[in-house]
Amino acid sequence: MADPATAEVVRPQNSRGRTTSRRSSSVTRRRRTKALVYLLPALLIYIGFVIYPAVNTIQLSFLTWDGVQAPTPAGLDNYAQIFQNPELYRSVLNALLLIVFFTVIPVIVGLVMTALLIGKVRRGMTFFRTVFFLPQVLPLVAVGITWRWLYADTGIINQFFSAIGLDSITRAWLGDYDLALYALGFIGTWCMSGLCMMLFLSGAQKIDPALYEAAKIDGAGPLRQHLSVTLPGVRPEITIASVITTIAALASFDLVFVTTNGGPANQTNVPALLVYRLAFTRGEVGTASALAIALTVLVIIFVMLIRRITREAR
Amino acid sequence: MRSSTSGLVLRYAILILLALLILLPFVSLVLAALHESGSTVAGLALPETFHWENFALAWQEGGYTNLMRSSFIVALAAVPINAICAILAGFSLAVLHPWIGKQLSVFFVLGLTLPVELIVIALYFNLRNVGLTNNYLGVIGGVVALLLPFGVYWMQSHFASMPPSLVEAGRIDGAGDLTLLRRVLLPLSGPALTTLAVLVFMWTWNQFLLVIVLMQDPAMRTAPAGLGLFVGQYTTNIPLLAAATIITVAPIVIMYLIFQRNFIAGISQGAIKE
Repeated sequence: MADPATAEVVRPQNSRGRTTSRRSSSVTRRRRTKALVYLLPALLIYIGFVIYPAVNTIQLSFLTWDGVQAPTPAGLDNYAQIFQNPELYRSVLNALLLIVFFTVIPVIVGLVMTALLIGKVRRGMTFFRTVFFLPQVLPLVAVGITWRWLYADTGIINQFFSAIGLDSITRAWLGDYDLALYALGFIGTWCMSGLCMMLFLSGAQKIDPALYEAAKIDGAGPLRQHLSVTLPGVRPEITIASVITTIAALASFDLVFVTTNGGPANQTNVPALLVYRLAFTRGEVGTASALAIALTVLVIIFVMLIRRITREAR
Repeated sequence: MRSSTSGLVLRYAILILLALLILLPFVSLVLAALHESGSTVAGLALPETFHWENFALAWQEGGYTNLMRSSFIVALAAVPINAICAILAGFSLAVLHPWIGKQLSVFFVLGLTLPVELIVIALYFNLRNVGLTNNYLGVIGGVVALLLPFGVYWMQSHFASMPPSLVEAGRIDGAGDLTLLRRVLLPLSGPALTTLAVLVFMWTWNQFLLVIVLMQDPAMRTAPAGLGLFVGQYTTNIPLLAAATIITVAPIVIMYLIFQRNFIAGISQGAIKE
């Protein structure tokens, strides 16, 4: 193993294998096979607890099964359900609406705040950064319970509206048939805006100041500078913020489970909640699996879409 | 000059307003937790007397002795297992260039986008078949595996970012793979490892869906999972619910305040490197 002669051969460079000479390629091959041993623990756990269950879920999605008795083949029925059963397809539409609150608004808020804040602010940034990232580290269950309380009859939201003379609009927000989903979405906006803002700000700090000077000389006003210098400069951060928040929106479970649990009257049902209920309380494992697969496909489509959009804007 | 000063004041005014918007909900929560258990509370109001006993009450009613024990068992097992697997795999992918390494790298990265919902149903039935539901091993395995794509990716990019001359020098001194990792690379990996550890601890602590599915036994559930059920029982007792919520988040908030730098570096860099 400790052979100085091969040390040269396997010099760690990004272009793996380019330095390989034919003379010692069999040694290299043996080394590179042996290197797989180090990957084994991670691979075994990852395959056993993620990949294998994922493949099983695909199999289950083609069965009718209550989790107890023998399953029967279902063909594509479970997938057809997603399009035919209003409870299921509405949950998917609700998740799509949540993207507006979890992703679109926070990204816009983050960009506006970056435009306003970029530059001189130095002192106290550690404090603000710590505060703005706080919602990211708390369990969503706790965030949900906190907001249940804020939205409650006697909570701070209603207190605020009463204080500014809007008694008429106070209500139990999460129990409101028309507004519950928006109230739920707003929790996502609250969670994600700080993340987006801090990501964009740290991205903007890396932009070469000379670019702003150049833009200024070309006669660009502040708005123009932000559109043509800041915005392209933080593109990687926009991509990643959109990906993280979109996955959080589509696959949200914890928050919905503790705030509305899908109510009132299924107005805030989301796919993840139905996956859980169908599989573990209603004994419709096949349908639950198909919905889980559909949710995953949706997530992958959105991730690819976001990457495509932010790349082509170049 | 004056305009730039007023600009600075405006910037700080915005920052302070936003910070208040984030913190106000928690102020409201803490105040609620200090009101008499079972009483009606107003959004932002100081209690007449501070009912600190709510925390003891919530601890007892929520069964937090068990919940906290489970939470710590799961988190303290998941962190080292995840770290060891991630270190070995990341080292191999970044330094040893294994056969089909590139494909394996992509295979792990793929896991970054897979939602828990995709695996939780089948994982439950698989583990039930081998008697690992209501068992810490099942939850630990699930959590470690779900966080491995991030861990491997994190360690791989960390090792790849180290100067190649380090590895070469180690090789010339006759160091084998494992010696190279232990004596040369790991001693220089403190910050990266701390960041990985605090992130895995946090994500494990916060895991909800996986725990409520794999742990039917209430005594074996973790703190957030217990809290999720506690809500159902004490829907209207705001002070008690608030106290339980504070107990549940306390360990993670303390960690966050101590390792604030690592958390933020992890959340933002982990994201950016992708």
